[in-house]
Amino acid sequence: MHINWFKYSAPVNFYPLAGRLILPFALLAIVLIVFGLYWGFAQTPDVLSDQKQYYRIIYPHVASAWMSMWLYVVMVAWALVGLVFNTRLSFMMASATAPTGALFTFIALVTGAIWGKTSWGTWWDWDPRLTSELILLFLYVGYMALQSAIEDPRRSDRASAVLAIVGLICIPIIFWSINCPDPNQCASLHQQSSLKYVESNILLAMLVTAVGFWMYSFAVIFMRVRRLILERERNASWVAELPEVK
Amino acid sequence: MSELIYAGGYGFFLWSAFGITAVLMLAEVVVEYRLHKKMIVRLKRMQRMNKA
Repeated sequence: MHINWFKYSAPVNFYPLAGRLILPFALLAIVLIVFGLYWGFAQTPDVLSDQKQYYRIIYPHVASAWMSMWLYVVMVAWALVGLVFNTRLSFMMASATAPTGALFTFIALVTGAIWGKTSWGTWWDWDPRLTSELILLFLYVGYMALQSAIEDPRRSDRASAVLAIVGLICIPIIFWSINCPDPNQCASLHQQSSLKYVESNILLAMLVTAVGFWMYSFAVIFMRVRRLILERERNASWVAELPEVK
Repeated sequence: MSELIYAGGYGFFLWSAFGITAVLMLAEVVVEYRLHKKMIVRLKRMQRMNKA
């Protein structure tokens, strides 16, 4: 089967495709998240080393933290494609990705604060991992604020794309904030990455939930990009011909 | 069931984390759905104005 991918770089062709993809991704997200959480509660121990039952915050926390970083990389990739090839849809995809990325960053911070209160006894600490994740939230907010501050969409797309690309430096900082070679130099309250040592059922539940969050992101981003397409292409003749607009 | 909700005395923290996550994710979908509907209404109004 041959798919002409370039065809879908035109908003007129991508709009109906995105509409058709929303439901499958939403259903996949529901199935995966429900299965992940069922597995995470039914097939895992109640205690994880020194952590009591509250350790299960790991499922929404880790999945949203991964998505916060991954969506930023995806947003930058779309922004780069937009800058290089000057494609409108790429900039729209970058714009559509930012709010969901910001939401997952916020969820990661809030669930992390709740977990921190139970295991560290404090909601917040200016530790490298928490602070760099907070900076990531500011980068998302800055990106969206810059977009809405400039009226001309072409200029706002380019300016915010540059900001997003510069902000990409935050992603390796978040990663290395708890994974530095010398743990003494990290001085982080947040524990180091311990995927290798996590019990297999907990790891499975975490991974399935994370994939579910990813499918959710696809569904919501497709919903948002359809609205952005309509907003920007509102004067195009094909928009007037859409059945829902007629 | 009550044991699951109680979560060894950490129910408030555990379910707050899950509740906040669920509410925010659902809210994003609802907001986006409503914004899309609003956009369609706006476009229909534009169409009517253009025809008139």
